Amino acid sequence: MLKQDLVLIGNGMAGVRTLEEILKLDPERYNITVFGEEPYGNYNRMMLSPVLASEKTIAEIMLNDEQWYVDNNITLHKGKKIDAIDRAKQIVTASDGTQAHYDRLILATGSMPFMLPLPGADKEGVIAFRDIKDVDTMLDATKSYPKAVVIGGGLLGLEAAYGLMKQGMEVTVVHLGATLMDRQLDTNASQLLQKSLEERGMKFLMQHSSAEILGDKRVSGLKFNDGTEAEADLLVMAVGIKPNIALAQSCGLHCERGIVVNDTMQTYDPKIYAMGECVQHRGIAYGLVAPLFEQAKVAANHLVEYGIASYTGSVTSTKLKVTGIELFSAGDFIGNDSTEEIVFKDEANGTYKKIVLADNRIQGAVLYGDTVDGSWYFQLMKDGTDVSAFRDTLLFGQAHLGDSGHNPETRVATLSDDAEICGCNGVCKGEIVKAISVNKLFTLDEVRAHTKASASCGSCTGLVESLLAHTVGGEYSATPSSKPLCGCTDATHDQVREGIIKGQLKTMPEVRSSFQWRQPDGCPSCRSALNYYLLCAWPNEYVDDAQSRFINERAHGNIQKDGTYSVVPRMFGGMCTAQDLRSIADVADKYEVPTMKVTGGQRIDMFGIKKEQLPAVWKDLTDAGFVSGHAYGKSMRTVKTCVGSEWCRFGTQDSTGLGVQLEELTWGSWMPHKFKLAVSGCPRNCAEATIKDFGVVCVDSGYEIHIAGNGGIKVRVTDLLCKISTEAEVLEYCGAFCQLYREDAHYLERTAPWVERVGLEKIKQAVVEDAEQRKALNKRFLESQVKAQVDPWKERAEGVANLEFTPIKVNAGAVV
Amino acid sequence: MNQWIEITLLKDIPVLGSRIVETEDANIAVFRGSDDQVYAVKDACPHKQGPLSQGIMHDGTVTCPLHNWKINLTNGEAQGPDSGCVNVYPIKVEDGQVFLKLQSEEPEV
Ligand code: SRM
Ligand SMILES: Cc1cc2nc3c(=O)[nH]c(=O)nc-3n(C[C@H](O)[C@H](O)[C@H](O)COP(=O)(O)OP(=O)(O)OC[C@H]3O[C@@H](n4cnc5c(N)ncnc54)[C@H](O)[C@@H]3O)c2cc1C
Ligand code: SF4
Ligand code: FES
Repeated sequence: MLKQDLVLIGNGMAGVRTLEEILKLDPERYNITVFGEEPYGNYNRMMLSPVLASEKTIAEIMLNDEQWYVDNNITLHKGKKIDAIDRAKQIVTASDGTQAHYDRLILATGSMPFMLPLPGADKEGVIAFRDIKDVDTMLDATKSYPKAVVIGGGLLGLEAAYGLMKQGMEVTVVHLGATLMDRQLDTNASQLLQKSLEERGMKFLMQHSSAEILGDKRVSGLKFNDGTEAEADLLVMAVGIKPNIALAQSCGLHCERGIVVNDTMQTYDPKIYAMGECVQHRGIAYGLVAPLFEQAKVAANHLVEYGIASYTGSVTSTKLKVTGIELFSAGDFIGNDSTEEIVFKDEANGTYKKIVLADNRIQGAVLYGDTVDGSWYFQLMKDGTDVSAFRDTLLFGQAHLGDSGHNPETRVATLSDDAEICGCNGVCKGEIVKAISVNKLFTLDEVRAHTKASASCGSCTGLVESLLAHTVGGEYSATPSSKPLCGCTDATHDQVREGIIKGQLKTMPEVRSSFQWRQPDGCPSCRSALNYYLLCAWPNEYVDDAQSRFINERAHGNIQKDGTYSVVPRMFGGMCTAQDLRSIADVADKYEVPTMKVTGGQRIDMFGIKKEQLPAVWKDLTDAGFVSGHAYGKSMRTVKTCVGSEWCRFGTQDSTGLGVQLEELTWGSWMPHKFKLAVSGCPRNCAEATIKDFGVVCVDSGYEIHIAGNGGIKVRVTDLLCKISTEAEVLEYCGAFCQLYREDAHYLERTAPWVERVGLEKIKQAVVEDAEQRKALNKRFLESQVKAQVDPWKERAEGVANLEFTPIKVNAGAVV
Repeated sequence: MNQWIEITLLKDIPVLGSRIVETEDANIAVFRGSDDQVYAVKDACPHKQGPLSQGIMHDGTVTCPLHNWKINLTNGEAQGPDSGCVNVYPIKVEDGQVFLKLQSEEPEV
């Protein structure tokens, strides 16, 4: 069949998504030509808000760059606006005269920001928030002007105001109504939102109606109907959008508020399809992407002549993309005489939930502060599920249906497979889980690349991460032990560890050949894991492989985003002398260290050190008596201590002294992941021992040993392992616990998930109940420490691995 | 600068490791594979200019230390779902001595 000509007018989100759907179904059907008024490839318009807030770059929000058009044989006319459509000849003409013939035409011209017709609206510095150009204008203004006013307290206005505020401007939001986002939120939620934005420094003028824009050439202020004024060097209007229908009207297509389409997204001219914000379907013009993407699917289905899809309208939900503010709304959340409400409000905590029910079916919901269950309520609402069976616990969320706890990971576990996770792209839980397990995905970016989930507005990122953690975490998977170590092999962590010991495998190539690795060199994941497993199994024989270590461990510092390093000297138990501080200060002066900081681990971090300088910096620190703090390694990190009995009026034992002893015992040890300790002098627990991998809480009668806490991404409070009575015992239990963790856990598994996986009983058995085993474990730990407690900095200051730190200089001119 | 420049001995580049060559205006990362094949690319990841020389090298590829993009060292292309490209420079080994040309194989775009 001869290829037909397909022309798309409008290189935006809806139009290009339609092309993607067409290419998926039948890539050979059309010669495709695209006209876009904006001079770019296709970008994610929603992400302009994070770009304005400097949380993303333009490069990061491109959905399809120009290469994509080339790869798919699509002719792209960017920066060209279509002025005329000749429906009789089936030809479109751009303002520069470029023409194209079509057999099928797609209109996806989006919408135009609505500009209030105020006197002075044509002044410089008065803009809308719609495209890259607007964002550039705003970012420029933030450099030279201090004050901005945003008219409109809706989604778009607040995102603009937040972005400008993050850029350092003083921002006032002017709103006609009495509450923010009045179309998406009820009064309670609006007030919480306003309060939290005010706390961040945003100013509001509510119930203010604008009368005139002041200024000469450039805007200088805004005057209101009541005669008052507000100063502004930048005025952003975000009061609404109207479908962009001028082109469609000019060629006689039937339009009302938008271009009128039927359930197949066809306009009144059967050769012309339309979708996106420019259309009106069953009386509704949508302004969010989820419906547009559904429309795109249907249109594509008809354009490739499958003819089976139909679009019957969308139920939409709303989220706000302001970092740190969780907000969700859907459906009819106001209610009326025939509906009931269930409400939860905890003002101090900033949490508010309201669900509107009619006949025990959800009609709408507003959530503020805690939105994890938004997608569940949305699903129940769309499905019209009768909730009477669990109505009394509905507000506590889906997790409450079982007794699965409250962390997000287990909460996503209870979602059904058809629960929608990503509203923008309509991706369900089942699809994501399948992609993760079939394609062995491990990172958020991979999930985005494969499913598009969380690739648009990003507000479901948390849910997708929880799903990922849950799916690959090994805790839930039906066959947890069958997860391969990485893509290079089918062998699991446990099989490899066992094989190393049983088969006396002592080098990486031996391991790789005995387990039939698919990549000869392995990959960064398995190389660093194997290096650790071999080191742990053969502490006296195995020669560490620097090239299999992540750069931080190879250079013994943390790589920074600009390629420099940070250096953290160890301060045992957080204790230091005036001389120690003076020596660090001298080093900082000598090497002109740009930034210093007291870390969360009770010691001092020096930032911005160039790699070539590292050996010299270390030499000076070593000479002053410091050793490396291993702040960069999968290794023992810090021992946090509190003041203790020496000074504190509540202290029961010498927590600092014990902390120093523990750090002297454990420093230098390589571990499956980082390992942190703490000793608190009494149950007030100032050293936060109950969120550490190994924590000691001193009490009058001795020492409580707490294990497997984590204060990071997912906070986990420790389990109490046992109570013992002497310092010597604490040291022995600590050595034994470290060694058990070192020998048993998977690489990159911290103690918290490890203990959850193998069970506290196993640890108690080995470390507490079986004294023989405890002693044996501790003995192996002490043996491994003999070789491990060599200061890597001292070695390198003395010339070990010096090539690593010596660039090759050539004077042959510049590279070209 | 279209001539071969002597830069270092092969043995002074660690196997599956790298060295940095500093020139007047930019750094070049020189890698050595497990088969002694050598590669030279500009030391700046196409993603956010991460120093590729500091990444882990494996089978003709390097994984950037900052956000784990994988860059093919033969053609400079990012692999997998990522897209981007880094300049590649001609490099050869003769009698254990490594030579480099500072003229990139493809003009910068
Ligand atoms: C420097 C420091 C922040 C500070 O200025 O206080 C810090 C800095 C980093 N932390 Fe941290 N963490 C620091 C204390 C903490 C703490 C608090 C503590 O130790 O008391 C935590 C929570 C406690 C915990 O670990 O349970 C913490 C939880 C994390 C996590 C999450 C770990 C988790 O299991 O969830 C990461 C990410 C990771 O390890 O993968 C991380 C990763 C990082 C990295 C290494 C990010 C990276 O990969 O580049 C940061 C390096 C910055 C740099 O360039 O130097 N950092 N980090 C702290 C160093 C302490 C020290 O003296 O060694
Ligand atoms: C800052 C911001 C944040 C947003 N956040 C969210 C969010 O969090 N969630 C959400 O669901 N939605 C959000 N939206 C809305 C969402 O971006 C839009 O619904 C979506 O982009 C509309 O897609 P579209 O293809 O219909 O229109 P557009 O993406 O606007 O594309 C239309 C394109 O057609 C071009 N065009 C118009 N006329 C012509 C012509 N005659 N010739 C050639 N080209 C023409 C335009 O230049 C434009 O590039 C946000 C919008 C903005 C501006
Ligand atoms: S919390 Fe830790 S990892 Fe995150 S920015 Fe701060 S130091 Fe870096
Ligand atoms: S800079 Fe290389 S992956 Fe980000």
